[in-house]
Amino acid sequence: MSSVLYDAQGPHAKRRNVLYTAVFTVAAVAVLWWVFSTLADKDQLAWEKWKPFLGGTEAYTAYIWPGLENTLKAAALSMIIALPLGAVLGIARLSDHAWVRVPASVVVEFFRAIPVLVLMIFGMAWYSEYTDISSDSRPLYAVVTGLVLYNASVLAEIVRAGILSLPRGQSEAAMAIGLRKNQTMRLVLLPQAVTAMLPAIVSQLVVIVKDTALGGAVMTFPELLASANTMSAYYGANTIASFTVVAVIFVAINFSLTSFAGWLERRLRQGKKSTGAVLGVDAVAELAAPGEHEEVTKVG
Amino acid sequence: MFDFLEGYDLLGAFWTTVQLTLLSAVGSLIWGTLLAAMRVGPVPLMRGFATAYVNIVRNIPLTVIILFSSLGLYSTLNITMGSEVVKTSNFRLAVLGLMLYTAAFVCEALRSGINTVPVGQAEAARALGLNFTQVLGLVVLPQAFRAAVGPLTNVLIALTKNTTVAAAIGVAEAAYLMKEMVENEAQLVLISAIIAVGFCCLTLPTGLFLGWVAKKVAVKR
Repeated sequence: MSSVLYDAQGPHAKRRNVLYTAVFTVAAVAVLWWVFSTLADKDQLAWEKWKPFLGGTEAYTAYIWPGLENTLKAAALSMIIALPLGAVLGIARLSDHAWVRVPASVVVEFFRAIPVLVLMIFGMAWYSEYTDISSDSRPLYAVVTGLVLYNASVLAEIVRAGILSLPRGQSEAAMAIGLRKNQTMRLVLLPQAVTAMLPAIVSQLVVIVKDTALGGAVMTFPELLASANTMSAYYGANTIASFTVVAVIFVAINFSLTSFAGWLERRLRQGKKSTGAVLGVDAVAELAAPGEHEEVTKVG
Repeated sequence: MFDFLEGYDLLGAFWTTVQLTLLSAVGSLIWGTLLAAMRVGPVPLMRGFATAYVNIVRNIPLTVIILFSSLGLYSTLNITMGSEVVKTSNFRLAVLGLMLYTAAFVCEALRSGINTVPVGQAEAARALGLNFTQVLGLVVLPQAFRAAVGPLTNVLIALTKNTTVAAAIGVAEAAYLMKEMVENEAQLVLISAIIAVGFCCLTLPTGLFLGWVAKKVAVKR
């Protein structure tokens, strides 16, 4: 394999690579050996600790699936509520009227600048003080509130960048055939922007799924990560095993979402029917941070 | 109106947030650069390792990593990070977790920076007879870092916000203090506003300043 950074390897370089590989392998084996000996030392590799996950399904039906269900429920609710909110905010930021544009910008910049956890803590306290939502469902409300406030503002930027990524000719043509601003947005720009920003929306879903775990750690929301805690208490201090299983499930979900987003992006870039405008997976990290990000829309 | 603030160490909490941010930023910059070098390098095993690391770590919630560093590393495996005091241990474990997590994003930011360097640059360097380390170290990375300032700024801002996750293992930073204050005091909206403004003061100027730096150092093409 060669790349632009290095030449096709000759005998000398090949020998050197073998040496690097050997050194790296030795280092990796040393680290792994240390990990395994520490685990064995603390009795974490005993079959007893792993049996609930590898030798039966009870742990899954009793703890993991209910936890996963809550994780997915919170993520789905947040996405469904945040999408329309984000669309409204994003379009408002593109408005010609300052009294619409400026407040929307302030909201979007503010919620992107503060951590989700702060929003969740606020939600939790707000619901317990000013509403009569039962304390059982309060964590779900708090988690979804925090996620919606944050993600609506990120999605607003995704929507805005998606619309800006379309070629100028689209809105110019719409104006030329006499469409109003409202019609241009609704009939011409939005439908194409939705396609262009699909990969970005899917990768934002990964962020949401990951952030639900905050609810389990800080808000007593019984999601997947919280189930790891319950399990390690129930099955006798098998913390390492429980966390490994939970981490593997998270990686499986998020990796498939990421791959799906990547596949969508490639498909849209190759597509012949569209304008070729697409808001890639990489754009999401840009748009999640406060401030202007002109580069993202230029790429599209 | 602000009487209730007495007895709470607001500045201290934000100082802890800043410390968490800066320490993990330096650590993740180093580890992330190494990962990026491995990821674009000629040794297949290292390339595979770096790719796997980035794909796994990016897809695990930070909360899982931080909680694991406390419950798994500290409580179960007795890895205390060289301190007998629980508070110090937790702080260091939080830095470790934040660093390992953020490094994956630093690696991706640098890789996107490397992608902005025109192919001709590396080709010219190779034509001069430079080897991989020289091509990367003398020609590509200096340009890649300049192009990566923007993406790295976003990583830094995300890191600043992510330090709040350390509240999950009891590190007394801003979100932890906020939780404590909301539970004991009545001024919910005021407390939240103070904490929110605090974070705005950390993230917005960082974004503005480094955004300006990014424009300043960007290679004109």
